[in-house]
Order: sequence, then C-alpha cells, then structure tokens
Amino acid sequence: MTEVLLKVEGLQVAFKQDKVVDDISFDIKCGETFALVGESGSGKSITAMSVLRLLPSSARMQASDISLAGESLHEKSEVDYCQVRGKKIGLIFQDPMSSLNPVMSIGEQIGEVIQLHFSLTKQQRRDRVLHLLKQVEMPQPERRINEYPHQLSGGQRQRVMIAIALAGEPDLLIADEPTTALDVTIQAQILELLKSIQQQTGMALWLISHDLALVSNMADRIAVMQKGKIVETAVTHTFFQHAQHPYSQQLLAALPDMESCRKNQAQATESLLKVDDFKVYYPIRKGIFKRVVDHVRAVDGVSFSIAKGKTLALVGESGCGKTTLGKGLLNLSPASAGRIIFDGAEFEAQQMVASKDFRAQMQIVFQDPYAAMNPRMLVGDIIEEGMQSLRPELSSAERQQRVVSLLQQVDLPESSVLRYPHEFSGGQRQRICIARALAVEPKLLICDEPTSALDVSVQAQIIRLLKKIQQQQGLSYLFITHDLAVVGELADDVAVMYQGKIVEQGGVEQVLTQPRHEYTQTLIAAVPKLKEA
Amino acid sequence: MSILLGFMLRKPHMQRPLRKIAHSRVGLSSLVVLVFFVVIGVTDSIHFKDTESQTQDVISLLDYFAKPLINRSEKTYSAPFSAYQYSKENITHADGRSEWGYPRLQHGGAHLDNPEQQKARDIALKVLTALLRSCGVLLLAFLLVVWVFRRQSIKYLQVPSINMALLTCAVLFTVFYTLGYLSTFYHVLGTDKVGEDVFYQAIKSIRTGLVIGSLTTLIMLPLAILFGILAGFFRGWVDDAIQFIYTTLNSIPGVLLIAASILMVQVYMANHAEDFNSLLVRSDMRLLFLCLILGVTSWTGLCRLLRAETLKLREMEYVQAATALGVSRSTILWRHILPNVMHIVLISVVLDFSSLVLAEAVLSYINIGVDPTTYSWGNMINGARLEMARDPIVWWSLTASFVFMFTLVLAANLFADTVRNAFDPRRADHD
Repeated sequence: MTEVLLKVEGLQVAFKQDKVVDDISFDIKCGETFALVGESGSGKSITAMSVLRLLPSSARMQASDISLAGESLHEKSEVDYCQVRGKKIGLIFQDPMSSLNPVMSIGEQIGEVIQLHFSLTKQQRRDRVLHLLKQVEMPQPERRINEYPHQLSGGQRQRVMIAIALAGEPDLLIADEPTTALDVTIQAQILELLKSIQQQTGMALWLISHDLALVSNMADRIAVMQKGKIVETAVTHTFFQHAQHPYSQQLLAALPDMESCRKNQAQATESLLKVDDFKVYYPIRKGIFKRVVDHVRAVDGVSFSIAKGKTLALVGESGCGKTTLGKGLLNLSPASAGRIIFDGAEFEAQQMVASKDFRAQMQIVFQDPYAAMNPRMLVGDIIEEGMQSLRPELSSAERQQRVVSLLQQVDLPESSVLRYPHEFSGGQRQRICIARALAVEPKLLICDEPTSALDVSVQAQIIRLLKKIQQQQGLSYLFITHDLAVVGELADDVAVMYQGKIVEQGGVEQVLTQPRHEYTQTLIAAVPKLKEA
Repeated sequence: MSILLGFMLRKPHMQRPLRKIAHSRVGLSSLVVLVFFVVIGVTDSIHFKDTESQTQDVISLLDYFAKPLINRSEKTYSAPFSAYQYSKENITHADGRSEWGYPRLQHGGAHLDNPEQQKARDIALKVLTALLRSCGVLLLAFLLVVWVFRRQSIKYLQVPSINMALLTCAVLFTVFYTLGYLSTFYHVLGTDKVGEDVFYQAIKSIRTGLVIGSLTTLIMLPLAILFGILAGFFRGWVDDAIQFIYTTLNSIPGVLLIAASILMVQVYMANHAEDFNSLLVRSDMRLLFLCLILGVTSWTGLCRLLRAETLKLREMEYVQAATALGVSRSTILWRHILPNVMHIVLISVVLDFSSLVLAEAVLSYINIGVDPTTYSWGNMINGARLEMARDPIVWWSLTASFVFMFTLVLAANLFADTVRNAFDPRRADHD
C-alpha cells in the first residue's frame, strides 16, 4: 500500500511566457485514489498531460524527476514511451463522444489497444474485448461489440473509454474529469464502476476534477491546485475536516448546498405566470411527401405556475425537455398546444404573438456565456440592443446612461462598454448576459443552466448576484438546471421533469428532503455529497 | 472608401483594427504594392485624344508616358536585352551582298556599334546611372517629406511597419525607374511575335487584370451574400428556391454560357456598329460583358459556403437572445449574421480574385475571353503557349506575365490576411 507508484518532482510547464504549471511535486502510491482538484485554468489537466508527454507542441516542460514504479520516465525516448502510455498508464478523457473514432466499431477500438500491447490471436483478442466490456458492466456486450459510438448513450460511451484504458492492464489510471459531461445519475454509476474496478485490479487511480463533493466520496488523498501551484495536499478525511490553505477553505465555502433550502421560507403570493398543459411536439417526417408519421414529444403537457418575486427551479437530466420548455415559453421554438396566463393576460400557446410588450416581460439567460454574445459586437452595444428595439422612446443618451447603471448593477466596471466579449472571463460574460436581459426590465427571467459552464466559486457569485437582483427588483425566475445543489441555494419551488413531463412539484424543502416520486428519489440519491466527517 | 475610413477614424473602437493594419509590416508593404498596381491601372484608364501624333488616336495617360515604348516595335521575337533578332533571315547589306543570319534590331541596342563586346558594360553602366538617379530622387523626396512634416515624422519613422512600407516604396520606384530607363535603349523583357515590347504589354495588362478581378467580384458579392444569408436564415421555401437557382446555374457548363453570351455581345456590336466605332470601345465593352457573365456564373460557390455558415449561426444563442429581445429579423441579419460571415467572404473574395485573373487566361485561350487586341496576361500566356515547343524556348512573355500576376495576387492575399486578422476581435490580443 505504501509503495510509491508515480513520483513527480519539480514539474514546470510554460506556454511562451505563461507558466501554467509552476514547480509542483507530488506522488501517487500503489492502489490509492489520488485526486487533483482545482478550477478551470489551474493547470490540472496540463499536469496529467505532461506526465503522459501529450502536451501541445508550443508547451515547454521541465521536471527534476518523473518516475513510475522507480523507473525514470522523463529520460525515456519517445519510442520507449509508447510502451508506457496505454500499457502502464491508462487515460480517460472528459468528453467520450469526441474521444472515440466515429467510424470504428467499439470492438475494433478496444481491440486496437490490445493488439498494440499483447500478441494474441484474433479469437483471443475478441474474448478479451468481451471480457473488458463485461468488466465495465456494458449491457449486452456480444451485441455492443459491433456497434459504433453514435449508437451508444453518453454513459455507455464513457464505459467504452474505460474499457480502452483498461485494455493495457495499466498500473495507473488517469481520469480527467470523467463524469463532467454526464448526467448526475449516470455519473453515480460511472464512479461506482471505477471504484469497483479499482478494487478488482488494485491499480492506482488519479482523478482530476473540479467537483469537491465527488472527490470526497472517491479519493484517499487530495491535492488542491491554484494557478499552477499545489497549495495543499492532505488525506481526504483531514482535508474536509479542517482545510489548511485559505483557497481550499474558499472552495469548500463556495460549494452549493442542498441543505441550505431549509433557510428559505415560502410565502404564498399571487402568481405571475401560469402555464397549463403546455406541449412542444416535433413532427417526424417520412417518405417522399414528408408525411408526418409521428411526433417527438419534447414537452408533453406541462402545467406549473410561478409566483411574483419567487423562483421556480425546473430540474431534470439532459434531454428531458426542460430547455425546450423554456424556449417554447419565449416563443423561440414553436409550441404545439397549451395556455399561458402571464400577469393577468391569457394566451393560447400556438397563437402567442411575439408582441414587443410581451417580449419585454420575459427574458432569458443562456447556459454558455461564450456562445451567447456576438463576438463582433461591443459589450455596450450588446446591452443596448434590447433597449433599441423594445424601448424606442429612450434617447441615445438615456440608453447609454442605463447601460452604465446596468453594468454597475452586475458589478462590472464602466469601461467594459467599449470592450469585446472575448476579453472577459466566463463569470463576467454571464454577468453581461444578465445585464442584457435586465435592460428591458422584464418581470420574469428564464435562466437556462446559467451556472453549469462556470467554476464553483464563480457559480456561487452568480447565484448571489441573481438573489440580490431578485430582492431589489422583485423579479421572478424560472431556473432551469440539472444541479440539485444549486436548486437548494436559490429556489422557492421545484418542478422535476422527466421525459417531457413534470413528475413532481412542490416547495423546495419538501421535494429535496421528502421526495415522493421514484425518479426524484434516484436523482437526489445520485447527487454526490460531502462525506460526513 | 475615404468616407468609410473617416467614419472609422472617429470611433475609438474602430481605430483598433486600423492601427493594427498600420502596424503590420506585411500588411502595409502589400498595401503599397497594391496601390502601385492600382495607380498604374488608373493612369491606364484615363483616356484622351492624342493631339501630338498625326493619327490623333485616343490614348491613355499611361500610353502618353510610355510613348517611347510603343513606337519601338521590332519585326518579330527578340530576347530580353538582345541587340539581334531571335530568328534568322536574309540580310541585305549596303553593298548589295546578302547573308543568312540574325539581323540587328531596329531599336533594341541600336546605339551600340559592336554589341558583343560593349553590351555587358553598357548595361551595367546604364543600371548604375538609373540607380544613382533614383536614389537621388528618393533622397530628395525623403528630405522634403521630413522637412514638411518636421514634427510627426520623427515619431512615425520609429514604427517598423512604416519603415518597411517606405522601403517597399523605394524598392518599387527604383526597380521601375531602372527598367523604364533601360527600356529606352533595350527591350528589357524582349519582344513578342509581332515585335511589340513585352514590358509594355505586361504593364498594360495590369488594368485588364484589375478590372476583371474587381469588377467581377463586385458583381458576384451582392448576389452571393444576399442569397447565401437569406437561404441559410429563412430556410423553408426561400432556401429551396435559392438552392434550385444555384444548382441549375452550376449544372450548366460555365464555358458554354460564357461563349454564348460573348457571341451575343459580338452580334449586338456588329448590328450597332455606329455606337461602337472605336476599337478601344469595342474591346472595353467585351471586357465589361465578360466581367458581368463571370460574375453571374461564379457566385454559387461563395453562396453555398455562406448558406452553411448562416445555418450554423442562426442557431447560436446570441441570435436567439436577440430574437428574445424583440430585435427585428432584418436587424439580426445585418448586425449578427453578416459580420460573422465576413471572414469567409474576405478569404473567398481574394481567392476568387486570383482565380478570376487565371480564368481570364483560360478563356482567352479558347477565344471567348477578352478581345484579342486587349492587352491581358491571358493573351500574353496564350501567345507564348504556341512558342513553348520552340528550341531555344521563347520564355519571356510567359515569365513576364507570370511575375506580374504573381506579385498582384500575392499582395492581394497578404493584405486580405492582415485585414481579416485585424477585424476579428478574438484575435486582437494575439501576435
């Protein structure tokens, strides 16, 4: 147990002048799970890549020692190194879709690795692939072996990635954010799988993640990285009881907590938006005449209401129709049926005219702040755009003034007006998006996963900002998310969506602590929680 | 153009890309080369009646300057800097004796008594003279400019890109002055089949190349941008209709279409002979029509690219956000879609510009390009093609047109690259 497997000393990686990894040292012992935690840009993936020598060519790397099981790695030639990659060290990437070759069957892709490292006959190889697929608990491995990546679900693809990583029977498995692209229930399954495989094979697992809660359940030891430096290394148990470094403490404090919902007290107020039997169907067309043969029921008869100045969280996994519902309400994608009562006015969903008044009442904040702003427009123009079209009575000077006050409201400097979106970080961009939505003084803000592309500490800031704005202006939020922990922080009411239908809704405390529906129960159970110390 | 420039200089955020172009060494030097070509093209487009000559022809400003070149035609081919004709013929001497050999040229090297011995020395001397003179002129011009702009010049001369541009200017001036000076004594790039100076032809072809490249692009661009963006943005029947138009247009062989329309123009001109009485007007009319038909047939490729890009862009979240903010569709097209496809437009316009100059050569080869009397690189190549099999080879027409074409296209490419980089805000921090 105590024997050191991987030893890294004095590792430095730099791109031109920027030091991304700055003199870090750590070791991983045989059979343990070591977690490297940090926010995006802290250099954790680069660290893993430099151990595997898979850095981009513009990077310069230096190390005083990198050795695997006592054998020095960084003096090896590139040819010898190929025997280390895959055979001694396996690697799992974040996005299983882009890591698999779309034109090769999964059997071939796993077999390729086996062929590289072992001399086996064709039949033996096939048996080995089947064995691996069984080991990663792939359902129906005999059939799956001939299938292609697009025929598998996200979780199954990640299982294939793990099988490929295991094919060389490595001593060390590096998992670089293995579950970030997956739904929370699938994530729980994959983590369970990794744990059980580790117990079977006794290999060491190097987990790279930004998710402290996840890490607390998996890791034996934790190292926290900040700006290219390891600021703290500790045994998991001690780390979560008393973290030493201020940055670690800050990370722990920023974690959203489902338990915090107990603080919220629901008061009944009159409803702002009432949605009744809302449907969005996409026709499936076939044949020469494009006859409609069936419909994809993206949103299938959903009813809910949002109270004035309150937040309704819409929770569900990817593909359950929650984003479609949000866009359907805004008439960004056409609704098929349903009735909407907004602030006393009643609409039929199909005939809902996108009148300018109505547009100003409801606004949306998107998930990806990088795609949500025109890269060729100045921030000032982006915020001003809505006012130009929906508030034509304002003069140019008044609009400028309002842009500045909006920027102040979302805690951005006035000078941002003449800058381009790419000059801002993810969190700042999301603030600009919020300012853009607020510019037309909406009554309801639809937030479509506004925090899921952001780091934990930034996520906490955005949630705080949203809360502040709600208190100041009495806005209502429809908060679409897959992250139950965020729900606990922000929401008053929760609606759980599953396959286009709302399966459970109610007050946040009641849903999170005493879920009635089976699906809600699985969802809540799957959320990684900080291990009770 | 200058109004646009003035507008941009007043807005602080628009000054950034301009400053970036001004600080790019490659960009500024290629701009200088481009401007040089355009200036030649423009001087060649200003026509007036020549009152000095007996024929009273309509000539261009360029012809006026290049008069010594026009009136110095030989009988047939001669190599660059040669004093003798390229092919043998029967020479009759003053004393009545006749001989089979290479006759002396009428103009090229005519001032030499014994070309074999004197030529190398003479050329070296003349080059030196020209270099000294141009250096003197440049030095004077430089001092004058520095004296006139005493205050700013010190600041600007420290910018490496401006130094580079000035250097390009100086090199261009020196090279062309030297060539011009030499060509009053020799045929620096030889003569062609009918004895015309190739250097003069190559310079005259600049106008044709520029006109074909820019005019065709001007005709093609609005069609491609309008149809491409509309098809991608509105989809549905608009998309179907536009796709139908360009697939139909694409499936008609382009050469046939061009041949047919050039024929139509010729017939029209023949029927209205009184309107097209001058040779110059006729060839310009044909050039114009060639641009038109090339433009109408060549927008499909760019249109397809733009349609695909727009299909992608319309699903972007910032377009949806604009829709949610109640921005009208035309504004979305103008403000969100168009600027984000401009990089594709710029790249393909420059590529098309080069391929159009080349297409002109191909079309001239099958006689449906510009008028055979029009000076163009295509016609030059076409003429030289027939002599490629000759031994020793007649290489100068081909090389001259190639060098000129290459310089123009390279300068256009490099400049477009700089512009694209400068106007992409995402690349603002890099390099």
